Amino acid sequence: MVSLADKQQAGAAPALGGIPFLLVLIVIAAGIFAFGRWLNISYAFFAGYVVLQYIVLGTAWNILGGYTGYVNFGITAFFAIGAYSSVFLYKIAPSLPLPLMVVVGGVLAGLVGLGMGYLTLRLRGVFFSIATLALAVVVQTLITNWDFVGGARGAYVLRPRVAPLIGGDYVQYLFLVMLGLCVVVLATARAIERSGLGYGFAAIRDDEGAAEASGVPTLKLKLIATVLSGGFMGMAGAPLPYYVTYLDPASGFSLNYAVNAIAMPLIGGTSSWLGPVVGAVLVGGLQEYIRVTISSAANVLVAGGLMVAFVIAAPEGIVGLFRRKR
Amino acid sequence: MDGSLGLLLNAVVSGLLLGGFYAAVSIGVAISFGMLDIVNIAHPAFILLGSYVAYLANTLLGIDPLLTAVIALPAFYLLGMAVYQVYYLSFERRQDQSLRGLSFFFGLLFIAEVTLVLIFGVDYRLVQAPYIGPSLHLGWLELPLRLLVPFLVSMLMVVGLQLFLTRSFTGRAIEAVAQDPLALRLMAADPTRIKRVAFGLSFATAAIAGAILIIIQPVEPSIGREYIGRIFAICVLGGLGSFSGMVIAAVTLGVVESLTATFFGPSWAPAVSFGVLLVTLAVRPSGILGR
Repeated sequence: MVSLADKQQAGAAPALGGIPFLLVLIVIAAGIFAFGRWLNISYAFFAGYVVLQYIVLGTAWNILGGYTGYVNFGITAFFAIGAYSSVFLYKIAPSLPLPLMVVVGGVLAGLVGLGMGYLTLRLRGVFFSIATLALAVVVQTLITNWDFVGGARGAYVLRPRVAPLIGGDYVQYLFLVMLGLCVVVLATARAIERSGLGYGFAAIRDDEGAAEASGVPTLKLKLIATVLSGGFMGMAGAPLPYYVTYLDPASGFSLNYAVNAIAMPLIGGTSSWLGPVVGAVLVGGLQEYIRVTISSAANVLVAGGLMVAFVIAAPEGIVGLFRRKR
Repeated sequence: MDGSLGLLLNAVVSGLLLGGFYAAVSIGVAISFGMLDIVNIAHPAFILLGSYVAYLANTLLGIDPLLTAVIALPAFYLLGMAVYQVYYLSFERRQDQSLRGLSFFFGLLFIAEVTLVLIFGVDYRLVQAPYIGPSLHLGWLELPLRLLVPFLVSMLMVVGLQLFLTRSFTGRAIEAVAQDPLALRLMAADPTRIKRVAFGLSFATAAIAGAILIIIQPVEPSIGREYIGRIFAICVLGGLGSFSGMVIAAVTLGVVESLTATFFGPSWAPAVSFGVLLVTLAVRPSGILGR
């Protein structure tokens, strides 16, 4: 049931085991952080954080969308659940360390994914997609009506002046947390690709009926994918209140997050963990460049326009283009 | 008349009128999703495009929004045919509707919304027409013309389309392509051409739905998203491919939302459609009048 592309990719990629791959990721991440510290420009951390956040969001989306073929449009719902769980925790226990908030946000978002998936994943894929689209609206309605976390007015979060553990500007700490999250998400995504779970996902994507008939527990696998995907999105959202320091529903549920998280894997390529990274770095970098040089209004169109262009003209994404040439 | 009972009855009546309007908003998706199996989630964005066309013609030239909608119909029809052509060549022919086809429409939704923001900004826009403002008073019952006129226009459109689909040759061919495209091919009719016509029609309804949307409420580019959940809740609840089911579902949702807004506050109304959608999917995915 595994498509030819997957087999080729498994053969073409360097056969690195899970643990060595994780170590390589950690070394690369440490290198990036050391480089940033050496540059010591706050802007680099601010811009870098956004790209890292999109790597996490894009990879999280891809675990469900790219691997199983089920399209989740409710990215903002999961992302904002993470963000608002941090706002809530900040209000009741401001001294809680950020990594703990990330875990809480991820667990909550994962649970919402489980509930959603349980109700809608037994139907055709489009119904799941539509339900996630509606989920984004309903979570936004709930948050808007929940005064404790700021309601429609929004909430302010005061971040510490100095970063814990590492010292320096707090944004460096945020960058480091997001970098760590990136390592976790990418290692998970690659581990899934190479495990029985990944083959099960691919079987669902290629022909769900046949997979079901040959004994693949499709509902269970889809639920696992939804929980992982939603959970990582929640984790990506958890540090957001500290990054923006003022969070209101309109910005927390901005459609930009959803479009970018879907566009980046589709532009990079959905069949492997590398695609969302390539997409996030290229599109995120391009957007940042356009925001600085042209206008912030034009940059939001880039992801949408590129996504439409890529799904029409290059359905395998950038990674797919290179693979075909080889 | 007791105060709270009057409030209840007025909420039910305005819910009925609102539901009639929801039918106009949903009928485009009832055609594209229900009959052609094309999940056009960008439909609300094109409804808003219709609203802004009506807004421009109204503020610049003083034309009535409903008249504008009729004038804009052919343009929307052609736009719909063009979008279907791209969709067919890029996704339907490659059997890649689910992941990339859906993303395509999501991208269109986003592009349309951002373009409207860039041109018109995020301020609320509204139109002027003689029937916006006054109400009919029937005893204790208050019927705002602002809701009554859209209701009537919407019902007219639904009935007209229903007649077209059941009586005309092309309409029957659209019904046929929904049921069995292969059989249609054997009858020497081109399913792709029929689907193109049907998709053009579904877009054309957006011109009218957009005009009556801006009659009912002031619009800004992002309110289209509120309608996505509503539209699909209505289409799924009504049963895909059934117009009468869709109208029943639209009116039901209108009444429930209106009651929610009256008794719990308007900010809770958007959550209603999601609840309806989720319960329908969990309990009876084929809808009330589904095949």
